[in-house]
Amino acid sequence: MARMKFLCDADRCIECNACVTACKNENEVPWGINRRRVVTINDGKPGERSVSMACMHCTDAPCAAVCPVTCIYPTEDGIVLHNKDLCIGCGYCFYACPFGAPQYPQVGNFGSRGKMDKCTYCAGGGGPEAPGSAEEFAKYGSNRFGQGKLPMCAEMCSTKSLLAGDGDVIAQIYKERVLKRGYGSGAWGWMTAYHGDIKV
Amino acid sequence: MTRFVRIRLFIVSAALLIIAATIPAQAQKLGPDGAPNPTASVTDQGTLLKQAPRIEGRIDIPDQKASVLEQPAGREWDYFHEILLHWGAAIVIVGTILFLGLAYLIIGRVRIAEGRSGRKILRFKAFERFSHWLTAISFVVLGLTGLNITFGKIVLLPLVGPDTFSDVAQAAKYVHNFTSFSFVAGLVLISVIFFKDNFPAKVDIDWLKQGGGFIRNKHAPAGRFNLGEKLVFWFSLAAGVAVSASGFLLLFPFYGTDIPEMQIAQVVHAVVAILFIALILAHIYIGTLGMEGAFEAMATGEVDLNWAKEHHDLWLARRLKEDHRDVAATTPAE
Repeated sequence: MARMKFLCDADRCIECNACVTACKNENEVPWGINRRRVVTINDGKPGERSVSMACMHCTDAPCAAVCPVTCIYPTEDGIVLHNKDLCIGCGYCFYACPFGAPQYPQVGNFGSRGKMDKCTYCAGGGGPEAPGSAEEFAKYGSNRFGQGKLPMCAEMCSTKSLLAGDGDVIAQIYKERVLKRGYGSGAWGWMTAYHGDIKV
Repeated sequence: MTRFVRIRLFIVSAALLIIAATIPAQAQKLGPDGAPNPTASVTDQGTLLKQAPRIEGRIDIPDQKASVLEQPAGREWDYFHEILLHWGAAIVIVGTILFLGLAYLIIGRVRIAEGRSGRKILRFKAFERFSHWLTAISFVVLGLTGLNITFGKIVLLPLVGPDTFSDVAQAAKYVHNFTSFSFVAGLVLISVIFFKDNFPAKVDIDWLKQGGGFIRNKHAPAGRFNLGEKLVFWFSLAAGVAVSASGFLLLFPFYGTDIPEMQIAQVVHAVVAILFIALILAHIYIGTLGMEGAFEAMATGEVDLNWAKEHHDLWLARRLKEDHRDVAATTPAE
């Protein structure tokens, strides 16, 4: 069974934000919600690196563990989906997420949170809506995965730094890249997300 | 330009160019084989995480929280909430209930030794009772809705199913958030009203030495509040302040706090709340089942004279003097 993961090759990322734009467009993400973002480490200094980050779809996802209504769950492919019908907007999944993936629309005064929204691996949602239906799209965004396609962010990456797909396949691609070019700053976030790093 | 100036200009620029050409490129690090090594200047994620507990960078969007690339502390907070808090809370609360059950079996209901006299005296005025019940009912509502966040998915979800449970949890969240204000109001009221009667006094040591009213044939002196009640007051005040302050931060997330502060606020809120619940369970036990003649004090405001004589004799003497009543009239009729 394929285990879906994300890998951002920080040595290739040019901070063009094509992944961010692609995600926002493909999933019609509302204003203020940022499913994917590009973070730049050591901006302007030697060794500057940019990493594109959304939900990593972790192994034993901490968000799923802390949810008081158990609305977040992993699928067979390792994709972590959630059911917006059950979500109560308590905010715990954000405190638990090591990568800051969950986002909440503000629905009331001060801190009132609406239903949690996050990267779905372009695999639709974890609710009762039929896969690929208009209702599912309105709530969760596109379901490319159901059509056998990979997430839009990775497809649109201008330098192919953001890789998405089966964990073993993209790990292999990254390894070959690092060996061929002679350098690589590592698979950012893999140890925390998947409890396993890529040894080159 | 004069000839001298032109020569000087030529010499200075040539010198600068020669110096620039001979200084090796500082910024670019070389690998062991002499080839350029772009990763040499990079601080890898392992080093970054050792320097600070999280990796942060620069972002283009206004949400400052998004600048945190990785905060592994999230997994630790998950461990606290799902493992430590679940087990700790279960042990503390179930343990308290078992302990109180044991107390009831061994000590039983503390009776008024000389029986009721039938005569009453006012112990708590209407406003005092209102303040107490405002706080008490708010506390029970907050406690139940709060426990639902931690234990609801274990205890309630299997009974009613995910959809109903979500609706209940959603309503519970709003009830918890809004009831917190009445709790704080009540807490302020009872803190101010009962403050002066809860200062530690010498009589409290004597009360403790006499077994605190639990040993039948010993007479334990006390003022308006005995040491046990004073401890409940001060612990409740401290716990109430802690739970209100941390709760306030949780109610207005990221208004001046960052992710680690929110995690700490939640930890404080949960731990203090559980201990507070245990304390109040004991307080409820003593005020209802544990002692005859106690509940009416807060329910009607009046207590039996014999009860007052046995448990709060110094207070009773003072009250009788205020009311100009005869102390001898406290002896029960035959």
